Amino acid sequence: MTRATNTGPGATARGDNWGPARRGGTLAGRIAVRLVPALFITILFAWPLIALIRRAYRIASESGARLEDLLARTDAWSLLGITVGQAAASMVLALLAAAPIAWLYAHIGGRVAVILAVVVTVPFVLPTVVVGVAFRSLLTGPLSFLHIESGLGAVLAAHVFLNVAVVVRVVGAAWRNLDPRLLEAARTLGAGRVKATMTVVVPRLLPAIAGAATLIFLFCSTSFGVVLILGAGELRTLETEIYTQAIGYFRLPEAVVLSMLQIVVVFAALLLTRVFSDPAGAGSAGGGGRRGAAAVVAGWPARLAMAAAATWTVVLLVGPVAVLIVRSLRPSAGGDWTFAGYRALAEPVNGVTPLESLRYSLVSAGSATLIALVVGTLAAVSLFRARGVLGAIASTISLIPLGISAVTLGFGYLIVLASMPYAIAASPAVIPCVQALIAIPLVIRIMVPALESVPVRLRQAAATLGAPPLRVFTTVDLPIVGRSLGAAAGFAFVMALGEFGATSFLARADTTTLPVLIGSALNRPGAENLATAMAASVVLVAATTLAVLLVEALRPRTEVPLL
Amino acid sequence: MTGPDRNPGVGGPDGQGVLEIDDLTIAYGDHTVIDGLSWRTGGAGALITAVLGPSGCGKSTLIRAVAGLERPAAGTVRFDGEDLAGIEVHRRDFGVVFQDGQLFGGRSVAANIAYGLKMRRWPRRRIADRVSELLDVVGLPGYEKRSVDTLSGGQAQRVALARALAPHPRLLLLDEPLAALDRRLRDELAVEISEIVRAAGVPTVVVTHDHAEAATMADVIAVMRDGAMVQVAQPSTLWTRPVDEWTARFLGATTVVDATLHDGVAETVLGDLRLDLPDGSRRLGLRPESVEVARTPDAVDVRSLATVVLVAELPSGPRVRIETVVGEIDAIATESVSIGDRVRLRLVPDRVAVIG
Repeated sequence: MTRATNTGPGATARGDNWGPARRGGTLAGRIAVRLVPALFITILFAWPLIALIRRAYRIASESGARLEDLLARTDAWSLLGITVGQAAASMVLALLAAAPIAWLYAHIGGRVAVILAVVVTVPFVLPTVVVGVAFRSLLTGPLSFLHIESGLGAVLAAHVFLNVAVVVRVVGAAWRNLDPRLLEAARTLGAGRVKATMTVVVPRLLPAIAGAATLIFLFCSTSFGVVLILGAGELRTLETEIYTQAIGYFRLPEAVVLSMLQIVVVFAALLLTRVFSDPAGAGSAGGGGRRGAAAVVAGWPARLAMAAAATWTVVLLVGPVAVLIVRSLRPSAGGDWTFAGYRALAEPVNGVTPLESLRYSLVSAGSATLIALVVGTLAAVSLFRARGVLGAIASTISLIPLGISAVTLGFGYLIVLASMPYAIAASPAVIPCVQALIAIPLVIRIMVPALESVPVRLRQAAATLGAPPLRVFTTVDLPIVGRSLGAAAGFAFVMALGEFGATSFLARADTTTLPVLIGSALNRPGAENLATAMAASVVLVAATTLAVLLVEALRPRTEVPLL
Repeated sequence: MTGPDRNPGVGGPDGQGVLEIDDLTIAYGDHTVIDGLSWRTGGAGALITAVLGPSGCGKSTLIRAVAGLERPAAGTVRFDGEDLAGIEVHRRDFGVVFQDGQLFGGRSVAANIAYGLKMRRWPRRRIADRVSELLDVVGLPGYEKRSVDTLSGGQAQRVALARALAPHPRLLLLDEPLAALDRRLRDELAVEISEIVRAAGVPTVVVTHDHAEAATMADVIAVMRDGAMVQVAQPSTLWTRPVDEWTARFLGATTVVDATLHDGVAETVLGDLRLDLPDGSRRLGLRPESVEVARTPDAVDVRSLATVVLVAELPSGPRVRIETVVGEIDAIATESVSIGDRVRLRLVPDRVAVIG
């Protein structure tokens, strides 16, 4: 992008500058914009997956072991059934649990809506290990009478908690954008409140509901931290079994075969997501203004319903975190209040203190955020410029890491790095890069619509006034998309901070992130270890909440498409 | 401004289709939109009423309250003597047409029109008959199977009207039904809607900000300002006798001058004109149509002398802007004039608005 700088005030500001400004940069610039993200995704995403597939192929051809035998030995089909079954159950339960909250979100405005958005979003971006710890402290504490301390019930509860945000942000946002007069029109034609909602509003929300459902299915079928901690061996899915086979027993062929199966599941789920995430599902734009919607829910029955929905939100989303905080200070019910868990943060677990790993986590997540922002923004710029089939393909590919099983990816890295020179395998850049890869799709999903919101005429005006492409970007685009960039940074940071699946494969003693450390503390017996895990989890909750608050404060007036 | 033939006979016997609003107050939070409004309309000779006012005056809020879509903070709304307070929107049997139709997207024209009939559990055969009957009425015969997403703006509003009329509403409420359409279509549809509604005999309240539209459609016009009714009158009365200067200006008067009446002659700074009114002082609102100019012969009243500063050739004849003793005013020219011409102006008694 350097050659364009010769277009000073004295240069031919009229003729020469048209070409590059329209085509979007000099040749070098265009190559950089496309090549960097393409290379990054290829090396960090495609390579480990291909290495995994090749390994699987070699195992199959060398050992002579038949695929059926491997599948039978690993109990693969029943694992597949359980994986799909628990994902489907989580999906249905999350939709039901989130429905009142989505309704609430669609019918309130102003500051309350921002608070609700934070309350809903924090669970979604909480590190999964933290969610595991929170539900363990909930189910062994106040809810111990339910006797679902671990196993399917516990996993489903945690999945609902995690995924309410998906429903609220996808369906609730579509609902919010729906013109309230549509419901009013149905009401004036003689339909009662419920009947009008069912016959007019719900059909319009169906695409959004289907989109949210498939996303939840995708997330839950690749859920790792939650199943590992709350499944506690009773509930095994493909994802946890890959980890157990690879790390626990070091049975690579079995792990590879299960990874292949998981890849198939994920691609099927991704395909469903693409089919159902219809952009029209975002609802008709415009909307008759918030005032109208607020008017529809005036009166005491509606206020009562709102109060009930708000209470449900608090119980479902704040409750588990609140219990975690209380129990981190008071480990046994009726026992003494103590800071023991927090004091233990300075004592080593597996040779590393939680405070040291927190520092590493922050550094690593910070670097990952930077990488994700640079690569993600470049990818967003080139996707935004790409048109037609190529653009559609690129946009699908760039989103795959969002849904891919982190354990599969981590396992792929393990195989690739094993064949690398020590300098690369032990490079401090590995973990930040992997975390960045997980965060990049999110950055892209936020930045592409933001770039689309910049009026084309404004760019053209800047170009006709003599600004070269890079200057057009910094003087026109950046000020407009700045807030979105801030939001993307915040989300990228929390995603990187909480990443568990891939990092747990790659972490060494000096590169142990806090989630990984919590995971290993939980695996050790004893109340002290649980107390340490809870205290460390509270620290992560605080960091995550801060980041989400920052994002919501920075949020542009338009809806940030989180998912 | 003369609409279709008004038929005072249509409109039901007295006491039928009467809407009575008493001391109505509506507020959004701290912002009071309508404050203690009382108004009565409908009954014989007033089948269609227009509520006319500038945007933000609360006219839409008013009919939304009548429909039950807004909850009054105080006051009552009655229809044919029945207090509507306890009756929910869907039990009022009022038809509503919204500004942009609010058709249910992704469905057919027939499904939209049938919606209200299904809610009333009409048998399927009767629904089909009623739908095609209404499509004939609104001039879209055979459109049953069309998806509403493929309709033009005008067609969509016709379907919205058919949908509102289908269940035989007791009262029809039209909220700026033509505002989203272009000028030509608006004029055409205003006449048509009023004919359809008159044929159906449904008492109607139409909200609009366009006084020509109000005059085309309505028997009675209620002028609304800042949440209150300023004047309720037949269109012709409204043009010639606006209640105050604001109303006169809102209805198109661009200049207001003082007049002193003596023996049926009004003296103004722009000259005299005959007005059959009692002696005293009044104010007169002048629209461009109220002032005619012609090239000046010598020796005329100096008050009526003016200079042409702008000429616009409109289809209805030349419109001019002239410099007078009270500043620049718009007028119509009865013969062709050009910029800089000295002209003589004449106030046209029938077209002058007598304020108060």
